[in-house]
Amino acid sequence: MKLVLEKRSEHSEFMTLMSPLLAIALTVFTGAIIFAIQGLNPFEALYVYFIEPLTSMWSLEEVFVKAAPLILIGAGLSVCYMANVWNIGAEGQLTMGAIVGSIVPIVFTSWQSPLTLVAMIALGALGGALYGAIPAFLKNRFNANEILTSLMLVYIAQLFLDWVVRGPWKDPKGFNFPQSIAFEGWQLFPTLGDGRVHIGIILAVIAVVILTVLMSRTLKGFEILVIGNSPRAGRFAGFSRKKIVWFCLLLSGGLAGIAGIGEVAGPSGQLQPTVSPGYGFTAIIVAFLGRLNPIGVLFAGVMLAITYIGGEAAQIDLGVSDKTAQVFQGILLFFILACDTLILYRIKMLTSTKQQSVAAE
Amino acid sequence: MDATQAVILTIITASTPLLLAAIGELVTERSGVLNLGVEGMMVMGAVCGFAAAYTTGNPYIGILAGVFGGVALAFFFAILTQTLATNQVATGLALTLLGLGLSGLIGESFVGLPGVKLQQLSIPFLSTIPFIGPILFGQDILVYASVALIFATTYVLFKTRVGLIIRSVGDNHNSAHALGYNVIAVRYACIMFGGACSGLAGAYLSLAYTPQWIENMTAGRGWVALALVVFSTWLPKRLAIGAYLFGAVWIMGLYVQALGFGIPSQFLSSLPYVVTIIALVIISGNKTLTRVNTPACIGQTFVPDR
Repeated sequence: MKLVLEKRSEHSEFMTLMSPLLAIALTVFTGAIIFAIQGLNPFEALYVYFIEPLTSMWSLEEVFVKAAPLILIGAGLSVCYMANVWNIGAEGQLTMGAIVGSIVPIVFTSWQSPLTLVAMIALGALGGALYGAIPAFLKNRFNANEILTSLMLVYIAQLFLDWVVRGPWKDPKGFNFPQSIAFEGWQLFPTLGDGRVHIGIILAVIAVVILTVLMSRTLKGFEILVIGNSPRAGRFAGFSRKKIVWFCLLLSGGLAGIAGIGEVAGPSGQLQPTVSPGYGFTAIIVAFLGRLNPIGVLFAGVMLAITYIGGEAAQIDLGVSDKTAQVFQGILLFFILACDTLILYRIKMLTSTKQQSVAAE
Repeated sequence: MDATQAVILTIITASTPLLLAAIGELVTERSGVLNLGVEGMMVMGAVCGFAAAYTTGNPYIGILAGVFGGVALAFFFAILTQTLATNQVATGLALTLLGLGLSGLIGESFVGLPGVKLQQLSIPFLSTIPFIGPILFGQDILVYASVALIFATTYVLFKTRVGLIIRSVGDNHNSAHALGYNVIAVRYACIMFGGACSGLAGAYLSLAYTPQWIENMTAGRGWVALALVVFSTWLPKRLAIGAYLFGAVWIMGLYVQALGFGIPSQFLSSLPYVVTIIALVIISGNKTLTRVNTPACIGQTFVPDR
């Protein structure tokens, strides 16, 4: 028996929509097996993981708190990956956004006005964008691989943050804990109602709308599509690959930076040695699950946020390791990529040797 | 043992995991496949190696388990990128994310346990030579293996028919296919070799470098190994030089930290990553150096025409 790929004459619209759903189904099925191996009732565990987060107001709010950064970053990354610009250092850009945005509340402690918040978001975006500019510059000027440089910059940003909160920005009244002063008033993202959901999710939706328009209605979006799909055609059309690299990394870096300041001024309320539980990396999965399409990213962000909350719930209710969520996320990306093959190819199974020899001709 | 000797010994210890992982990736990339999952395969090698060595008390079984861990992940990568023709960059990232998660899950019950240290295999008489004896002949088996692998890959890649096939598949998969070589099979084999080497590198970390299991203990070494392959311009001998230079940088940070010049430890810890970026910039900017040896088909998917 042998699996053979047969190219479709054109890419399948049906499979484009089905592939992520199929991938989720396969992930859930694999999850059931993993739970069964751990000696749990798979149905109960899957319920706790994927359904329970949606059943209480509290956990539903948490889903949106976690979805906000995932959507913000994922939307930017989807534009990057569409253009074949492989920014995988969003976690670093998020960290830098968090640090630069925090300059406002930490250095100008007493400044309280709606503009405080605007300045924080703007500086967060600037920090992330400038940090994204480093791999863009190195790529365009020295042809250095952006995958490796952006990833290395993650480690550097995290160590820099560690130094900042243990050194110059440590709260003098904080009993020597490695954290900054607590933000208050306009230094915090306002919440929607009394819950924990903050304006980050609104910013995320705005970003999705803008990027949707950008990708479908503007010349820039068209340039990105052409350069991404066929660099040669892009060159003939006179589109500059270098400009696209700049654009994509500044954009995705900026959005990651906003996500970063959103974490600091949102759920945590102060700068701590760790800003995010790896949102910058999970957002890579969000981008792919969302078909590299900003609107798809909206749904994918919520989906991945559920795995975070479900992971926490499963840990409390069933004693399942919190690492399980990360395994699920990894498996999910694997299945998405595998299922995406069906968009461009049909899979044929050749059973007899005769068929194989026919196929080989 | 004087100070210089101690420094050299620690540099070798720090360089060996980089060297092992990078040499595997070099072969994979020579066959035209970019596997960004080195970090994931390495960390799986580390956890499998530790778990098996702890359970059996035998570090050599740990080494085998580490290889198994790396190869198992590499096999998934091969199925996706070769049989299902998926994007290699994305699949490699998936492999790293999965490896980091899975290793955390497997290793959870092993955190904080005392590890089994891989013992030195001192070669009789030779290891008693003053100064160079312990450095050259007083190492553990994986250090010898890493050096042997450098010579072996150089020989196989550039002096044998197998190496010629690997390189031709990596440079022009269409021509290699037309000549009757099974491109997919060659790439499968090279990906698995890469996985085995990454697994060895991981096992070295959890059995020799710091004999314990710490979550994410690879700390970006897999990515540094990937950068090393670019730095080496896909030549094993240059790779060895690069790995020892990087190992030296890694250790230098620790020594300066111990001496304490008032430099914050975080800045010294970020040194290897900064140096990696600088090295990448220097090599990538040099077009003649990179273009000659870069496998022309790297990262491209190949689906046989029918």
